[in-house]
Amino acid sequence: MLSNAFINACISLLGEENVLTKESELITYSYDATPGIPREIPGAVLFPQTTEQVQGIVKLCRENKVPIYPRGAGTCLSGGPVPLSKGVVISFQRMNKILEIDTDNLTATVQPGVVVATLNAEVAKYGLIYPPDPGSMAVATIGGTVAENAGGLRGLKYGVTKHYVMGMEVVLPTGEVFRFGGKTVKNVTAYDFTGLFVGSEGTLGIITEVILKLIPAPKYRKSMIAFFGTLEDAGQTVTDIIRAHVIPATLEIMDNMTIRTVENFAKVGLPTDAAALLLIEVDGNGKDGVEEEAKKVVEVIQKNKGKYKVAETDQERDNLWAARRAALPALAQVKPATVLEDATVPRTKIVDMLRAIQEIAKKYNLTIGTFGHAGDGNLHPTILVDPMDKDEMARLDKAIDEIFEAALKLGGTLSGEHGIGVAKKKYLKNEIGSSGIEVMKRLKKALDPDNILNPGKLVPMED
Amino acid sequence: MGKSIFENDEALKRELIRCMKCGNCMAVCPVYGTEVKESAVARGKIALGEAYLEGKIRDKDLMNLIYNCLVCKSCMLACPTGVKYDKIILALRHKLAKDLGKPWVKKLAFWALTHPSLFDKGLKAFSKMQGFFLEKRGPKLRAPRAFLRTLGKRFDEYFVLPEFASKSFRDSTPEVVEVSNPQATALFFTGCSINYLYPEIGDDILFVLKKNAIKTLIPKGQNCCGMPVMVHGDIEKAKELAKNNLDLFERINPEYIITGCASCGSALKHEYPMIFEGDQEYETKAKKWAEKVYDITSFLLKVIKLKKPKAELKLKVTYHDPCHLKKSMKVWVEPREILKAIPGVELVEMKKPDACCGSGGSYHLAYADTSLKILQSKMEDVKNTKAEVVATECPACMMQLGEGTQRYKVNAKVKHVISLLAEAYRRES
Ligand SMILES: Cc1cc2nc3c(=O)[nH]c(=O)nc-3n(C[C@H](O)[C@H](O)[C@H](O)COP(=O)(O)OP(=O)(O)OC[C@H]3O[C@@H](n4cnc5c(N)ncnc54)[C@H](O)[C@@H]3O)c2cc1C
Ligand code: SF4
Ligand code: SF4
Repeated sequence: MLSNAFINACISLLGEENVLTKESELITYSYDATPGIPREIPGAVLFPQTTEQVQGIVKLCRENKVPIYPRGAGTCLSGGPVPLSKGVVISFQRMNKILEIDTDNLTATVQPGVVVATLNAEVAKYGLIYPPDPGSMAVATIGGTVAENAGGLRGLKYGVTKHYVMGMEVVLPTGEVFRFGGKTVKNVTAYDFTGLFVGSEGTLGIITEVILKLIPAPKYRKSMIAFFGTLEDAGQTVTDIIRAHVIPATLEIMDNMTIRTVENFAKVGLPTDAAALLLIEVDGNGKDGVEEEAKKVVEVIQKNKGKYKVAETDQERDNLWAARRAALPALAQVKPATVLEDATVPRTKIVDMLRAIQEIAKKYNLTIGTFGHAGDGNLHPTILVDPMDKDEMARLDKAIDEIFEAALKLGGTLSGEHGIGVAKKKYLKNEIGSSGIEVMKRLKKALDPDNILNPGKLVPMED
Repeated sequence: MGKSIFENDEALKRELIRCMKCGNCMAVCPVYGTEVKESAVARGKIALGEAYLEGKIRDKDLMNLIYNCLVCKSCMLACPTGVKYDKIILALRHKLAKDLGKPWVKKLAFWALTHPSLFDKGLKAFSKMQGFFLEKRGPKLRAPRAFLRTLGKRFDEYFVLPEFASKSFRDSTPEVVEVSNPQATALFFTGCSINYLYPEIGDDILFVLKKNAIKTLIPKGQNCCGMPVMVHGDIEKAKELAKNNLDLFERINPEYIITGCASCGSALKHEYPMIFEGDQEYETKAKKWAEKVYDITSFLLKVIKLKKPKAELKLKVTYHDPCHLKKSMKVWVEPREILKAIPGVELVEMKKPDACCGSGGSYHLAYADTSLKILQSKMEDVKNTKAEVVATECPACMMQLGEGTQRYKVNAKVKHVISLLAEAYRRES
């Protein structure tokens, strides 16, 4: 329980309308989008609008030993913003100003609560894009995506969030404000703090401002869809496209289970007997270059016995994409709950990983549809379950353990996008070893000696 | 316990777990957009529902938060897993009303609406003495007198209401309106707003139907569609009202049923089959009649061939999508087609024509602050189009938008789409 004095101090800092304390309101900050993890109700929810206010909150919390949980849109898929030890949630959703769009230096300076899609809509007015495009971009915040180092469909060609962060302002868990980086493309002053704070999942510092890199929007694009009789043919196509030195903006894969479910749900005309489909888009600023790349991709598809369709108009492109957009909605109709994982392997191992997932599904008698970013090896095995079926939930846990084991065996990683948070903490040692855990603990202790910033996440302090 | 979500907690839980907490609904929810807090959006309310069913909350504010929703269904269009939020919110309100009692403001409205005959008499009496409560504010507009302003925030100098008609639409119209060589027969389901507040829209609809050679049935036995009581969780009363209407349809057996009010249309088409789930007799009836329900614009364009008006109506018009028409009945092309069919009408789109106006039944009174902020951004959007007329297809939106033009000084008239069409026809002769 937070003391009245603490709450009053928050109110005088932020104003009454920016402090939530009623039980019902607090319950709505007890979760994120992660299924099956514990929920906890915070003692208060605070909405700062300035760095000074954030600093004020941190000082108050330090004095009172109150844990702090930063939160963006709460779309995290690993439990990041869940207030495990109560304390306070700092929501950044009202600290959401785009401070500057610099069309000459190609940067945007924003507050952490800016929604990714909102930023993209603003910079589009200048013919620019901010490329990281997580599936949740309609609501996810810059603060949250920076803290999770989010990636998206365009990751293969354009990279992920960390490639677009040029500088930041953070409030440290000890209360100081720290700025690093800036608008220069080159900057090697001091440590590479971007690497430290991007992906730190709200455990090392509170992001209060970010300078982001923008790029010109590609003028031309060409989309196509290809169907394959075997997984191997689809996998070989992915490899061969890269070997032909074409880097598509998107290169998505969908397995047979997903294809069947999508077709059943959305009736978009997919062949339900295909073992896999690939959705490919090439883009660029020269028309001829794009046409040529598209031609190369088609040749590769033909060589690997794929049937394909190239979209000639925007309407046709939209139709092709409808299949991908329908993947999650369609799968979600099969059972009451969906568990979306993001185990990632080197792209040459996608077929092995898909096979492993199919075997695990069979072994534990679970329905798993897999789709994902074939180009960067980031797969989304989507496990369909009924939370009211205790037996199924037990099998689910085992299946997830084995999926991660398989990914690591193939030289992959626990998480390509969604982060470690609480959901994957127990597997962390398997990937980075005891020495890795030790490094993390030392970093955490150095920056957050009182362990008040997002405690219980990412860093297994208890190990 | 029945299987229905309204009677069975397990069924309700089953709907609630379909929400994967992805948060997508935040992108479109008007209440969230204004208040920027989790309890404002569908995800938050679903979480509250879960906690309530698990016995984790008993705090008084729960009711307040669960009612802080326009039931505009915007979230449902953005939801990747197809959560049936409309059903959930009604079921939650139903459950809370049963467990904790109804909020008082709503009780008043309930009483009136659920006694159709008394309501009818009451309104007629009221229309005669409305001057005592409401002063005239321009043609057919009334505003609450100063002594009422203490009742609530919204009742300030800008609050306006349409004048209560001295004679309701159904009372001033025969039950059967014949035309020579009818191409179809349709039952006009007027709904309360058109019947009591906007009888002139009823006249316009009837006029347009006549022009298009439709024999129209306007049975006096029809009553409130039930939506107002339904959204307040009184499913039992809503069922009573719905049964009356469905039985009336059975007796009259019309070829088509037409509505000019988006909420009535949505109720007949979607909510009736929903509330009768598990009640074999009425579920069958509700589904059967739902198939025959059309909003007036779809009827004119899809069922029959619209008689194109020949006279010009030189007007710059923008169109506001009523939530219940676009998001529930999935109609947004036809009203625009009707406008475009009128010679001289220039249709200019708002940036967000389908953004909710913030009316939401009694929401605009109970949650005046948020409602007005939503309305204000709507009106800014309208203003930027420089349109002379905001056309729409729902009397509740018209009331809200009408107030908006006064409050935020927007120089545009608010009209029902069909009233514009009727005007064009009238100019022909
Ligand atoms: C349907 C769906 C699709 C998704 N698709 C993708 C995808 O394609 N790619 C991908 O990478 N992810 C994806 N995600 C996961 C999620 O959207 C991302 O992790 C996103 O970055 C979270 O952003 P948020 O604003 O919701 O942050 P939150 O969930 O609120 O928080 C995430 C983490 O960031 C921390 N944090 C938030 N703000 C700050 C701040 N200002 N300072 C410090 N720490 C902060 C929190 O403490 C937490 O640990 C998806 C999620 C869903 C539900
Ligand atoms: S119905 Fe409308 S107001 Fe209610 S939660 Fe959905 S989008 Fe928000
Ligand atoms: S969009 Fe649907 S699934 Fe996602 S949080 Fe909202 S209601 Fe739940």
